[in-house]
Amino acid sequence: MNKTLIICRHELLVTLKRTSFILATLAVPVLLIVGYGIYQGVQHWYHPTEPETKAIGYVDHAGGFDEYGSQFGVALVSLPDEDKATQALVSREIAEYFVIPEDYLSTGLISRYTMQRELETPQSTFERIRAFLVSNLVGTNVTPEVLERAKTPVGLTSIRMDENGEVMGDQEPFLQFAVPYIFGLLLMLSIFFASGFLLQSISEEKDNRLMEVLLSSVSARQLLVGKVLGLGAAGLFQIAVWAISIWVFADVALSNIPDMSGWSVPPSALVLALVYYVMGYLLFAVIMAVLGSIGTTARESQSWSSIVAVTTMLPMFFISIIVENPNHALAVVLTLIPTTAPLTAVMRLSSEGIPAWQLGLSLALLASAIVFFMWAGAKVLRACLLMYGKRPNLRDITRYIREA
Amino acid sequence: MNGNSKAVEVSKVSKRFGDVEAAKDISFEVESGEIFGLIGPNGAGKTTVIRMLMEIIKPDSGDVRILGEPLQEATKNVIGYLPEERGLYKKLTVVDTLSYLAALKGTSGSATRQRATMFLERTGMLLHQHKKVEELSKGMAQLIQFIATILHDPQLVILDEPFYGLDPVNTRLLKDMVSELRKQGKTIILSTHMMNEVEELCDRILMINKGQSVLYGNLSEIKACYRTDSVFISVDGHLGQIDGVVSTKNHGTHQELLLDGKTSPQQVLASLVNRNITVNRFEVATPALSEIFIEVVRGQHE
Repeated sequence: MNKTLIICRHELLVTLKRTSFILATLAVPVLLIVGYGIYQGVQHWYHPTEPETKAIGYVDHAGGFDEYGSQFGVALVSLPDEDKATQALVSREIAEYFVIPEDYLSTGLISRYTMQRELETPQSTFERIRAFLVSNLVGTNVTPEVLERAKTPVGLTSIRMDENGEVMGDQEPFLQFAVPYIFGLLLMLSIFFASGFLLQSISEEKDNRLMEVLLSSVSARQLLVGKVLGLGAAGLFQIAVWAISIWVFADVALSNIPDMSGWSVPPSALVLALVYYVMGYLLFAVIMAVLGSIGTTARESQSWSSIVAVTTMLPMFFISIIVENPNHALAVVLTLIPTTAPLTAVMRLSSEGIPAWQLGLSLALLASAIVFFMWAGAKVLRACLLMYGKRPNLRDITRYIREA
Repeated sequence: MNGNSKAVEVSKVSKRFGDVEAAKDISFEVESGEIFGLIGPNGAGKTTVIRMLMEIIKPDSGDVRILGEPLQEATKNVIGYLPEERGLYKKLTVVDTLSYLAALKGTSGSATRQRATMFLERTGMLLHQHKKVEELSKGMAQLIQFIATILHDPQLVILDEPFYGLDPVNTRLLKDMVSELRKQGKTIILSTHMMNEVEELCDRILMINKGQSVLYGNLSEIKACYRTDSVFISVDGHLGQIDGVVSTKNHGTHQELLLDGKTSPQQVLASLVNRNITVNRFEVATPALSEIFIEVVRGQHE
C-alpha cells in the first residue's frame, strides 16, 4: 500500500478512537435530542390539554365596562369595590384584579393588583385587559369586524423589489442569513476540532521524538499529506454526523415547530457549498499542520491556530454588506482571497449567486493555495520538526522553503 | 546494491550549527556485513553524523552514499534506524505500534506478524503485546523500539546509543541480538559514548571528538597499536622475581607485571611455567577503548 495512504488510515483510525473526538461528535446529536425533548416537554407542560379559564376581577368606577367579559380563556369578573376584590383575591376566587378609576377616559390609567411576583405585567394578561377595555369602549358603536381590527390593526409583510420595480424572487431573508451563518459555524467548528487534532498529532510526534523514525521511513511530504487527509477524513466524518443529525432534527422540528416551516436550500448552492467546505477545510488543515511544526509547544501552536481560524470568519463581520449587496467590491475581494473565499462564496450563493468568472477564479485560487501550502509545508515541516525547542523566524522559514 | 561491498560511504562531510562545528571533514566507510562503531563522548557529533546519514539534516558540504547511492525514498525500506531520542505513540498498543512502523517500511502481512511475535517472545515482551505503550516501563519501551527498528529485516541497521538506560540483563540481550544480525549478514552502525560497552561487538570503529575524527580503523589493530607493555596475571602461591619484569602492581584479584620492553609476554609465561607456578589467568594487557580515547585526546592537545 502507498505510504501516504498508510499514514492517512493510521491517523483516521487513531482519531476515531480518541475519547475527545467521540464526545465532540456525539455532542451535537445529543444536544439536539435533549433540546428538542426540553422543547416538547415545555410545550406539553405549558399548554395543558384543557386550558383552564383564568378569572381576573375588576372594579369599575368609571362605569360602562360590563360587557365582553370573556376574552381568550380569561373570564373578567366584575366586583363592587376594592375590599370585596381583595377578599376574592386572598381567597383565590380570582387570580388578580384591576381598578378602572373614574377619570380613566382622560388618563387611561389602570391599577392592577396581584399576589404573583413578576418582573413586569405578563404580555398575555396585558393583551386580555387591553382587548376587554377596547371592546367595551368601541364595541357597541361598530361592527364586529371593525372591533376585531381595532383590537389587532397590523399584520405586516415586507416585499423587496429590484430597480425595475419587479418583485424579487427570493423573499426569504431568514434563509439568506441563516444558511451562511450555519455554514460558517460548521466550518469554524470543524476547523477548530480537526486542526486541534492535527496540531496535537504533530506536536505529539515532536514531543515523542517519533519524527526521526517517521522521517527515516517516509518523506516529509508523504507525512504531511497523509496526516492532512487522514485527519481531514475524520473531520468530514464528524461534520457528516452533525449535518445528518441536524437534517433529521430539522425534519422533525419543521413538522412540529410552525415558525420553521418553509425552510429549504437550493440544491446547486448546496453542492457548491460542499465543494467550498471541503476545499476550505483542506486549506486550513494544511496551514494548521505547518503551524504545528513551527510552534515550539502544542500550546503555542494552538494560539496561532486560533488567529488563523478567525480569518476564516472575517466575512461574518461584513455579512450585512455581502448579503444585501453581493456584488460590492469588498464581497468580490473576499471571494477571491483563499482564506475568506468559502464563507463569502456561500453568503453570496444563498442570496444572489456569483458571476461564473469569479466563481472559477475563486476556486482556482483556493486550489492553488492548497497545493502551495502542501508544497511549502512539507519543506518547512521537514526543517522545523527537528529544531526541538527553537522557533524559527520568518527569514529561517523562507530559507527552508528555498533550500529544502 | 550495485555489487558494492560498501554499505555506507561518507566523504569530507561537515556541518555547522551557528558557532558550533558539529562535524568537521569527517570521512569513513562501512563495509557490508560488519559492525561499525561510532564512538565518542557526549556531544562529540555522533548523532549529527547519523542524522546526516539518514538525510534528516543536510550536510553543509561533503557527500554521503548509502548502499552505493545518495539516500533514496526506496532505500529507506532497507534501513532500520533507532534514533537517540526515544519515543513511541503512547496510546497505541505494542502490536499496533509495530505493525504501523513496519507498514511505513513497506512490510506487512502474516510474515511480519510472525517476525514480531518471534522478537516479542525473544525479549520476553509477548505477554505485554496488547498493552498500550504508556503502560510499559522505559526499558520495555526501548526494547519495543529496537524490535521496530529491525522488524522489516533491514540490510543496514543504524543504532544510536542503543544500550543507554538499559539494565545489564537487557543490555546483554540486545548485544546478543546485534551479534545475530551480523551473523545474518546485516551491516550495523552502532553509536555509543560508553566505549568499553561495545569493544566486544565492533569490527571497526570511528572515534570522534568535538566534531573531528580522531581514530579510525580496525578495532584489534588499534588496540594492538596502543598496547602497553604489561600483562595481567593471577597465580596460586608466591610469584617471586621474574626476568624482564620491571615492577609489579597489585590490583587485588590480579597483578599487573610491567615488562622492560625487551621481554615478550610469551617469555614471561614460559618462565612461569618453567617454575611450576599454577597460572589461573594470563592476559596481555591491552588498554580499554576509553583509555585509548583519553590518550589520543591528550596527544592532540600536547
